[in-house]
Amino acid sequence: MNKELYSPLIFELSREGRSGYSLPEYHYSDKPFELPAQFRRGDKPDLPQVDEPTVVRHYTNSSGNNFGVDSGFYPLGSCTMKYNPKVNEAMVGAANVADLHPAQPYDTVQGALRIYRTLEKALSEIGGMAEFTLNPFAGAHGEYTGLMVIRAYHQSRADEARKRVLVPDSAHGTNPASAAMAGFEIVEIKSLADGTVDVEDLKSKLDETVAALMMTNPNTMGMFEKNIPEIAAAVHAAGALMYYDGANLNPMLGVARPGDMGFDVMHINLHKTFSTPHGGGGPGAGPVGVRAGLEKFLPNPRVVESADGSLRVEDGEFAFGRVSAWLGNFTVLVKALAYILTMGPKYLAEVGPLSTLNANYIMNSLNDLYLQPIAGPCKHEFVFDGLKDKSGGVTTLNVAKALLDYGFHAPTIYFPLLFHESLMIEPTETESRQTLDAFIDVMRKIAEEAKSDPDKIKGAPYTTPISHPDEDEAALTPLLTYRDLKK
Amino acid sequence: MEIYYLPTHEYIKVDGNIGYIGVSEYAASQLGAVTYVDMPEEGDELEAGEEFGAIESRKAASDLYSPVSGEVLEVNEELADDPKLVNNAPLDAWIVKVKIADSAELEGLMNQEAYDKYLTTL
Amino acid sequence: MHRYLPHTADDIAAMLERCHAESLESLYSDVPEELRLKGGYDLPGPLSEPELERYFKKEIGSANKPLVCFAGAGMYYHYCPAAVSSLMSRSEFLTAYTPYQPEISQGTLQYIFEYQSMMCELTGMDVSNASMYDGATATAEAVVMAVNASKKRRRVLVSATLAPAVAQVIATYASGAHITLEVIAEDKGVTSRKDFEEMICAGDVAAVVVASPNYYGILEDYEGYADICHEHKALFIVNSHATTLSVLRSPGELGADIACGEAQSLGMPMNYGGPGLGYLCCKRALMRKLPGRIVGATKDALGRRSFVLTLQAREQHIRRQKATSNICSNQGIMTLHAAIYMSLMGADGLARVNRLSAEAAHALADRMLSTGKVVLKYPDRPYLNEFAIETVAPVTADSMLKALADNGILGGVRLTENSVLVAATEMCTPEDIDHYITVLNSL
Repeated sequence: MNKELYSPLIFELSREGRSGYSLPEYHYSDKPFELPAQFRRGDKPDLPQVDEPTVVRHYTNSSGNNFGVDSGFYPLGSCTMKYNPKVNEAMVGAANVADLHPAQPYDTVQGALRIYRTLEKALSEIGGMAEFTLNPFAGAHGEYTGLMVIRAYHQSRADEARKRVLVPDSAHGTNPASAAMAGFEIVEIKSLADGTVDVEDLKSKLDETVAALMMTNPNTMGMFEKNIPEIAAAVHAAGALMYYDGANLNPMLGVARPGDMGFDVMHINLHKTFSTPHGGGGPGAGPVGVRAGLEKFLPNPRVVESADGSLRVEDGEFAFGRVSAWLGNFTVLVKALAYILTMGPKYLAEVGPLSTLNANYIMNSLNDLYLQPIAGPCKHEFVFDGLKDKSGGVTTLNVAKALLDYGFHAPTIYFPLLFHESLMIEPTETESRQTLDAFIDVMRKIAEEAKSDPDKIKGAPYTTPISHPDEDEAALTPLLTYRDLKK
Repeated sequence: MEIYYLPTHEYIKVDGNIGYIGVSEYAASQLGAVTYVDMPEEGDELEAGEEFGAIESRKAASDLYSPVSGEVLEVNEELADDPKLVNNAPLDAWIVKVKIADSAELEGLMNQEAYDKYLTTL
Repeated sequence: MHRYLPHTADDIAAMLERCHAESLESLYSDVPEELRLKGGYDLPGPLSEPELERYFKKEIGSANKPLVCFAGAGMYYHYCPAAVSSLMSRSEFLTAYTPYQPEISQGTLQYIFEYQSMMCELTGMDVSNASMYDGATATAEAVVMAVNASKKRRRVLVSATLAPAVAQVIATYASGAHITLEVIAEDKGVTSRKDFEEMICAGDVAAVVVASPNYYGILEDYEGYADICHEHKALFIVNSHATTLSVLRSPGELGADIACGEAQSLGMPMNYGGPGLGYLCCKRALMRKLPGRIVGATKDALGRRSFVLTLQAREQHIRRQKATSNICSNQGIMTLHAAIYMSLMGADGLARVNRLSAEAAHALADRMLSTGKVVLKYPDRPYLNEFAIETVAPVTADSMLKALADNGILGGVRLTENSVLVAATEMCTPEDIDHYITVLNSL
């Protein structure tokens, strides 16, 4: 690849007069169309003018500066970076949905609606819920949707005083942010030393003003909240609902269902547990499931079954509202269904235990060199509080960057906030023992070098396209467009 | 000028019924390189204990709470151009200048000695 | 063994030993017995690849019948160049996560930066984020953002000519954020200027939201709106379909503070509604109120140009409940689609897409009128590539759309029992239009 030639911004590869498009020259009528002057743009947008080969080389070069699950091991905690099966992508084509407009008559889109309905039923079975909406576009969007269901439920009972949502202090930032967007006040619940929810603290905060408790289970430390029956009972006794953040659902596959744990509302990240690609930040999907009795509050539009088994789309009378123009990120749904059918009940049930085995294997292979703040076993992920021996001054950030030179993605760092040097590792079930062993070897080597040659680790990475970008400067003087750069 | 502090590390330097509000040296050292100060507008009314802005560094943000109630007479425009002044000289880099509505509110704040003692407990 | 699960029995045994565990089961000893899944999932499968393909082709694919598309209502059938899908399928892009590690994410970060730059060119704004979910949520977030920026004002005026789905999503988001929405009435297909001026004079307005083109495809004249908004310290928000911005007066030229909408029209397949791409751009003064990811340029230790996620103090992972939004994952790779599409098309290509679409729509409308079966719902209103018609009895919206569908044509989107919203693009051939008219004549 020629980085010099094709790596600049596409704008910088632009030359006046070039173009990369091919359009027909249809003659529709003898009357040429003239845009009235008051609606006409003053000047043309300054978009690049490039030929097709240059565009292809530019983006192909650029892809070489990226790291995906297909490039190598991606142990990013709480992100469930499992293998994204290729057949899933192909099934989007096989399903013949590309040219379907969402306003087509229902009798011409029964296949698409069947995908929606079949996936909805599969997720209900896996979640232990009565029904799902597949409209939410991402995990955080699912949280918001679920909380709006909860709001609508309390309002339907004229229980207007429930303005607060309880969130453990170890929760993902999206939990409190989603609750705030849904109009709730947030109350933090403390964690115990083992990372699980402090049930006494929780009980002291439960009253008639609480709408819901949001939890992941296992939590962000990878610990199963074993007091969950007691927690659910207390929350329900107080008249509030239990919300399950499905970010950590993967280790529960084949083991336990959120509905059976006492959760009333949940979301699932299809781009985590159900193998759809993250796409560098999306599109994902955050389907929301509810227990029986809450279905009617799910957002519009809904896919419903007619008596003859055919499917149609309609709005419900009690829906809390609408969160999407159409039926969500539809192709993501196709891919997730392809995955579920490929795995079937037999192999889906192996996902949880094998992801947990992989996490425990790494943890037990490294906890002599890295500080394990919480005793195991963990579930799908675990947290180290940095190196055990911090005398060389090597931080979690340094360890993360050093990993990049060895062809591994870094773990999630500085989250959860409960520890100063959090290094959160989540291998998934699709990683082989050979991959894990190679990762373990590198992590051990880094720990040794952190003592023998700490400056070397602090200077990493050395082999990446860039190293140590000045992020303070980026925030201090934001340059956000090509125009900003030219100034 | 007398100086008083909130437990959330905002200070107010008092000159008659005029106050200059900023963040303490301790807070400035904890924040990391400040990249932005979100300030209220001239004429806004602050309330004691209420949020009036925020300080951002690259990967953190802290809300600012007002030690007293009163009208904002001036915001420190220098911070808009050079937010690092908060790191360099926090006690000079006041964020807002306020007209103190009720001097009695100052009695509920920590003086320098009390604040220094408070810092040792953190 | 399953092909996605590499563990052999030997691997499992050796790994369990390292974990001092007797069995996989023992790693779950903390899960109470009564919570355990009993008897496995009641699900179909597993299917082999050939079986899976057969299922999707035979059971699903054959039950989908794409029609010749004359529908819009926010989702448009434009051409997607082959190079776009080819490049987008590169797994270095597709299988990456959010670019938290800039050293190995320059590919993602650079295309987001390019996307931001292009969206600012189209909208005439200074700043763009790295995408919202769709045009509806982008517009709802624009409203929330405007209210946050105004600090104390809670009223937002929304034109009745916005697409109903967009208006409903705004209403949903507003209900959570305790925002008071008020609808500016429609006057013969356009926003009532009189209503707008009266409502804004009542005070406490944080923002005014209008659409251009509006839901009926009409080009509305918003001359002076921005000034009036700004006199009353309200922000002016303009919602548009991205493709049209290459030829229409941009939100920037209209004096807007925030530009938002759906960018699916940039050649993205319709895919039964998604994924599309919500865009959200604003003036520099609002930069720190903008939700979502933002990529900025900087230099690395060796002085090389580098791209990083920036202004993160706005976001949920740092500010939690005080964040500008809860958005985390967004539409990611669809911004790559938009960037490649706009690179290939350039301003000239986009202008030609708009011209072909408008010519097709106007030719279709003229010929539809000449059948005598329909009239324009809003005669004399200018439009680009979408227009509303009213059926002339005994023809109804349903009878017209049914007859067209029976002939393989999606004739538009039903508005009411006697009105239909019709759109055309460069994908409609003159023969498609002939066919449409033949069916209409037969009614």
